[in-house]
Order: sequence, then structure tokens, then C-alpha cells
Amino acid sequence: MMIASNNMILEAKHLVKEYKQRSGRFGLGETVIKALDDVSISLKKGSTLAVVGESGSGKSTLARCLLQLHPFNSGEVLFHGQSLGKLDTAALRHARKNLQMVFQDPFASLNPRMRIGDIVGEGLLVHDLGNANERLKKVQEMLERVGLKPEDVSKYPHQFSGGQRQRIGIARALVLEPEVVVCDEPVSALDVSVQAQILLLLKRLQAEMQLSYVFITHDLRVVRHIADEIVVMNKGKIVEQGEVNTIYQSPQQSYTRDLLKAIPGQQ
Amino acid sequence: MTEILNIAHLNIALKKEPTRLLVKDVAFQLSAGKTTCIVGESGSGKSLTALTVMGLLSQQLLATGQVLFNGVDLTTLNNKEMQSIRGAQIGMIFQEPMTSLNPVLTVGYQIGEVLSAHKGLKGEALALKVGQLLTQVGISADRANSYPDELSGGQRQRVMVAMSIACEPALLIADEPTTALDVTVQAQILTLLDELKNRMQMAMLFITHDFGVVSDIADDVIVMFRGEIVEAGSKEQVLGNPQHPYTKALLDCVPDVAGKKTLKPIDYAWLNQNKVAG
Repeated sequence: MMIASNNMILEAKHLVKEYKQRSGRFGLGETVIKALDDVSISLKKGSTLAVVGESGSGKSTLARCLLQLHPFNSGEVLFHGQSLGKLDTAALRHARKNLQMVFQDPFASLNPRMRIGDIVGEGLLVHDLGNANERLKKVQEMLERVGLKPEDVSKYPHQFSGGQRQRIGIARALVLEPEVVVCDEPVSALDVSVQAQILLLLKRLQAEMQLSYVFITHDLRVVRHIADEIVVMNKGKIVEQGEVNTIYQSPQQSYTRDLLKAIPGQQ
Repeated sequence: MTEILNIAHLNIALKKEPTRLLVKDVAFQLSAGKTTCIVGESGSGKSLTALTVMGLLSQQLLATGQVLFNGVDLTTLNNKEMQSIRGAQIGMIFQEPMTSLNPVLTVGYQIGEVLSAHKGLKGEALALKVGQLLTQVGISADRANSYPDELSGGQRQRVMVAMSIACEPALLIADEPTTALDVTVQAQILTLLDELKNRMQMAMLFITHDFGVVSDIADDVIVMFRGEIVEAGSKEQVLGNPQHPYTKALLDCVPDVAGKKTLKPIDYAWLNQNKVAG
């Protein structure tokens, strides 16, 4: 295991991701769209980095590239200083235990035919951690930690509300005790009352489990409550990045200023 | 102030289960030139209330009570009578601009449909009016020949706005019209709706769960919880000095831009114990 020289747990360096889109008459032409255009970010251990931007800014593409779920054209992602792109399949799978994701839509991201115990326990099975009894115990502990009941293991996703499903999604990501969790709009689909519960849950778990978060969102009010640092993206490029309070108090770029000004409810 | 809508003793229940009320004894009034926001969590009954006013409630549900629109009780109208009001005197905008438009018809045709159905406009006159409406919502008139997929999300919502105001309705109902949009686009649409409401002196019923939007656009606020109105009043009163424990709890959940306040989830157990509603 390589020891990182600094306290950056996850870094992206000069990521470029291009999509080809059919265009022109009958789609015979081709346009290249740069979803990520030389994007570099770094996540400090134990902190939360928010990536904000409007639709089409490339924030979700970045999330997926960080976890190597999408191939990218150039650049590299370093986890503990080690390039994930250079790992072979087995080593990458091992690294993935420490890199987990929470998805936006709690309705679409859980398999309706699987029981909660199997959904949350699948990662343990894939990574071959413990026997059946140990796995079940771990899943039940994790469910309790996210505010659900141990007996929920035998239920199906449709028996839960949106907020509870998001808790299941969080349990699934955290049962492997990862170091980094990428949360892609985890509270966007939720009521404001449920949103507050989930944000507080994520904060508590971060402290308890020493997690580092990459938090993808379009809601700048949520950012202020959860993030330490912020990256503002527009059209695949990073417009501005830095410490949350600094950027909110004195945004340097006009795009950031426009975004902050558009937040509803500030008289 | 002219009263446009007066709802009293509105109850909604499943026909199969008439004793379990989904909306319970709801009453409020809307006046010309004023925006009233209904806020509440999912399942609070805010959309059901709006659907009742439009006469679009599911066949499985039964609404009783009084819904007076310009003096006419909408609950007594048959389908045909309701059709002549819906779209003409009551306009509607829905949440999803992507799914509310027909992808195989031009936006100009879709805006024109409202005008030909209610005003009998045809040919030149119709095309002219469609162009005017598009300009009014900030889209150039020549986009009438565009298909929905050629427009951005914000432009599509502008087209929806154009359709809803085509017949200059007295009442505009907007059900979460900006929830699916980016913040900068949301700000534009809110400004547009506010301008149109002022110019045309419409009453606007605006459904949302975003308190930021409420404080930007509302004159009056209605808070719903488990099918009941728990608090109603002017925006300043409800947001600035909430009286009901549920309103207070709901406001404590809302993250602020300054990041100064401590978020507090709603304590439903406490609300249940103290029987605040439902």
C-alpha cells in the first residue's frame, strides 16, 4: 500500500471526457461534446467537497468518472496517491470497496425484486466478507445505524417511503466501511423535511465513520450546510473552487455570482 | 379586491373508503392579482386540492364541498361545462415541461389548439396570436414551428406558460412549475409568472414545497399537513412569525443560504402526541 504524501484522499487530474453526439440532417453529422474539459479536483480526508452546477455542467459525469464507472479520454484519478486507471480488474475491485456511491433517485436505484437484506448485503457478498451469519449481522447493524430496523432485512423496497429508501441506499454504500462516498444529488428528490433528516444523517455518519464525501448537487442552500469546499462547474469546466464560506461571501466569477443570486428566497 | 375563487368545506376521499379523508375541511379564497402558495410535504393534499379546482380529480376520488369560481360552483358542473372553463378561464401549468408537451406536434400548434378550441380562432389570426403569446413569454415568434425537443427545459416551460395564459384566464394554477428547472432558469420563470399575473390581474394558485420560492413569489401562504390547512395568512405572517407547531417545524428543516441555522428534522412523534392535525 502506497502512503499518500499529503492528506488528499481522492484526486482527479486533468480529466477530459468527450461524448460524440449525432447531429445535422438525419443525424449523419457528428458533434463532439466535452462533458469534462480539463477538470482537476482534490478531496481532503474527512471533509466534504460539493460539486455544483446546472444541468449539463458535467457534475454527474465527474461523479461517475471518479469511481471509474465511465471511461474517460485522458487524465487520471488518484486514490491515496495511486492511479485507479493503472489498476487491474482485481485491484480495482478491491479499491472500489473503499469508493462507494449514493444515488439520486431512491425509487430507481433499488431493485424492486430484492429484499433489503440482499440489497444492502450484496457488496459484502461480492467482496467475500464473512459468512452468511456475519453478513446478516453486519447488514442489520448498518440498518440500525441509518435509522431503520434490523427486521427490515426481509422487506422489499416498495414497503418504504422515499426517505427510508434513501436510508437503504446509504446503508448499502456504507456497509463496506468505505473511505470515500460519492453522493449524486442524494436529497434532490426528497421533501424538505426528509431532506433535513438525510443531511443530518450523512453528517453524523461522516463523523462516526471518518468518511470523505464528494457531494454532487444543484442546490446551493444544501451546499452551505454540508460542504467544506466547493467546486462550481459550467459546461464541463471548473469555473471556481475553494472554501465554501469564502466563495459564498466573495465569489470571483460572474457565473458563480449569477448562481448565488438565483437562489430563491433571499430578500 | 375581486374574489375569484372561494373554497369551503372541501373534503376529498376515496370512493371505496369514504370515511378516510385525504383532504379535510379545506377552505380559502383567492383574489384577482394575488398569488397564494400552498406548501406542504408529499401526501399533504396540496395537489389534490388544485386538481379539484381544475376538475381533473381521479374518478376513484370524490370531492364534496363548495368550489365557487366567479360565483359558479364547479362541483355541480358536468364534464362539458367544465371543459368550457378549463383552459379558458382557469389556466394550468404542470411540473414537468418535458412530459406535458406532445413531442410530435410543433409548439405553435399546441398553443394554437387552446385558442381554436376556446376562441374559435383560425388561420392568419390564430398564427398571429400564437406569435404574440410566444413573444410575451420571451421566445421569438418564429419558434412556433419548433418541436418540443428543439427547445431547452426553460423554453418548454415558457411554452407551457404561453398555453396557460392564451385565453387570459382569471385564475392560473401552477403545480410545482419550477421544480424540475435549474435555479437560474427557475428565477426567470418566476419573474415571468409574476409579471404576467400583475399585467393580467390573474389570481394565481402556486403549489410548491420550496420555501425560497414561496418567499419570492407569494402574497399569501397556506400550509397543509395530512390533508388539513394548519396555518394560513400573509407571507410575512406565516414565514416571519409562524404560529402553528407544524409550520415552525417545517421552517426549521429549510436550509438557509447563509448556513447559519441549525437544521432540525420534524419530530412527528411529538406532533402526533400533541394531536396537532390528522
